[in-house]
Amino acid sequence: MSHRVLHPPRAEPAPAITVNLHRAAGNWAAKRASARQLVDWEAWREEARRVRADAVAHLPELIERLEERVRAAGGEVHHAATAEEAAAIIVGLCRARGTRSVAKAKSMTAEEIGLNEALELAGVEAVETDLGEYIVQQLGDRPSHILAPAVHLSAAQVAELFGRLSGEAFDPEDTAALVAYARGVLRERFLTADVGITGVNMAVAETGSLVLIESEGNIRLSASLPRTHIALMGIEKVVRDWTGAAHLMQMLPLASHGRPAAASTSIVTGPARDGDDGPGELHLVLLDAGRSAIRGTDLEEALQCIRCGACLYACPVYRQVGGHAYGSSYSGPIGAVITPALERSSPETAQLPWMSSLCGACAEACPVKIPLDDQLVTLRAAAQARDPHRGEAALFEAWARLWSRPAGYRATARTAGKALGPLWRKAARASGDGWTARAPFPFDGWTSTRDVRSPAGEPFHERWSKRRG
Amino acid sequence: MRVQLFVTCLVDLVYPEVGERTVALLERLGCEVAFPAGQTCCGQPALNSGYPEQARRVADRFLDTFAASSDPVVAPFGSCVHMVRHGYERLYADDPGRLTIAREIGGRTHSLPGFVVEVLGREEVGGRYPGEAGTPVAYHHECHMLRGLGEAAPPLSLLGGVRGCTLVETERADQCCGFGGTFALKLAQVSTAMADEKLDRAIAAGARAIVSTDVGCLMHLDGRARRRGLDLKVHHLVDLLEPEGSL
Repeated sequence: MSHRVLHPPRAEPAPAITVNLHRAAGNWAAKRASARQLVDWEAWREEARRVRADAVAHLPELIERLEERVRAAGGEVHHAATAEEAAAIIVGLCRARGTRSVAKAKSMTAEEIGLNEALELAGVEAVETDLGEYIVQQLGDRPSHILAPAVHLSAAQVAELFGRLSGEAFDPEDTAALVAYARGVLRERFLTADVGITGVNMAVAETGSLVLIESEGNIRLSASLPRTHIALMGIEKVVRDWTGAAHLMQMLPLASHGRPAAASTSIVTGPARDGDDGPGELHLVLLDAGRSAIRGTDLEEALQCIRCGACLYACPVYRQVGGHAYGSSYSGPIGAVITPALERSSPETAQLPWMSSLCGACAEACPVKIPLDDQLVTLRAAAQARDPHRGEAALFEAWARLWSRPAGYRATARTAGKALGPLWRKAARASGDGWTARAPFPFDGWTSTRDVRSPAGEPFHERWSKRRG
Repeated sequence: MRVQLFVTCLVDLVYPEVGERTVALLERLGCEVAFPAGQTCCGQPALNSGYPEQARRVADRFLDTFAASSDPVVAPFGSCVHMVRHGYERLYADDPGRLTIAREIGGRTHSLPGFVVEVLGREEVGGRYPGEAGTPVAYHHECHMLRGLGEAAPPLSLLGGVRGCTLVETERADQCCGFGGTFALKLAQVSTAMADEKLDRAIAAGARAIVSTDVGCLMHLDGRARRRGLDLKVHHLVDLLEPEGSL
């Protein structure tokens, strides 16, 4: 069973974290507005889409070129068809080097393959060095957002945790003190770890270079201080050339933070050369795990994702339920698409595409123009086809038979308006203007929290018929 | 100008007065309105629930109904128009003949605000708030009209011409209200929480009414406001543009 899927989705409002998510989303919306002032946003989006679509369309060729150039620069390349293989490769590399301690920089791909668990089982200590991930790890919790893994936690919770770990008292308002504590702990890690493991934001085939983008600086330290750097990458992250990469290096921080450059960008081309500082070994692990299988399908565009997190910030459902509700390593709209897509709509992932009102805010926010809302509809059809819900299928079949003909439609109208309408109104607190507090199946889910308007006694088409002939 | 009314199944069955006011408004603006009797539904509920084949059979009826004449088609809100212009691309992707017909019809199918402002060229059409004069109203952007059709300005422009109410700015007026079709039933708690956000923001801004165009949104927001006993009326835009309208 894939590490992508942790538990079935739990679509319930989570008021405690909604407050945090609202604040984060509000901040993001303000930054998005400023990003749109800086550049011709729609033109930039189209260019970003073009660069990513080109990479997906030519994936095998570009991966081959990437591998060639990475090797030419002195790096080693490993191919993993599945999540298990990738984890095994990385554990193997650590074991072979007698590694006891790893400095791990935040990587969604590492979450996807369950790397932390695999390392732990192998007796290798892997400490998260991203502040949010470190906090989440120390709490035995899981990240809930692509960019801000601890967004669901409060400063008070963090102060309490650090207090427990250090034996000192922390004031939740004193963010500087909290950060300083974490920094001290993490610095120690960077200096003592034998291996640094990072993800990759994009890999430039033209020169075999890995681009690492971050706000904190822990990725650069994880990639440059330990003797060995292991970089884990989903194969779709390759881009053809520096022109395209340069555009994406601006687009990613624009979409996620409203600024055209990240706080820190590192470019890694092979291990350190003679006389340079840096790791003596670079290992690039390329993960497929279902990605090639969606090329050429109508879910292909999901591979364009640059993991900017914009869709999470835009999504009103995500704000209500939080990242953990999705039950998988990727949450939000992209998670609701990519998890079932990569898992080929397995029963465990079947509910994910319904965690959406199809409002389209995600597709609008996406800097590489992935039609996420359309893809959710595609996945809904795939899930129904794979695991039909008999009652619902019968209902829609009957609906189609009736409503594909005017006579059938009108018969429904007569039943609803004349028979059900009065029954409905009679059985409940009738309010005179057609609103009622109780409705029969399948609308009773509605009336648990909302009143409902009964069908009109005389539908529009009958009024027209009577008065206009 | 001759137009064809696509009344939509929800308006036909649950909000027929919205259909009547839509006709009355179009006639006041000089249109001759036809109502092709064979219409049923655009098919969207089935497509969004994962039943494209069933959606297609109902969509076929829509195309047959509105292919008969080349006059523009006007619907009281954007959701069904978006289905025709966008959803039908998917439904007829493997049928070039039908796809051409769908595109031809989609090119002349409009939401009411889109039609009035962009085709008839009227930025305001008057109107009066059907309640206490001076009522502060909040506007809720229907997702499919705003993001699907790109029509943010037309409904606001028309609302601007209405006497007897003032528009109040609400936080995130462009955020989904949580109706989402079958979403309202499948994820009822989340759907309701989203309605509460929308209603609470409107009240916080001082609104005593919410105006929108999608009757799904209206039914959802009104239903929740009534259940909570809120002092908040919920109206379709056309209730303000043509309050006395009838057939």
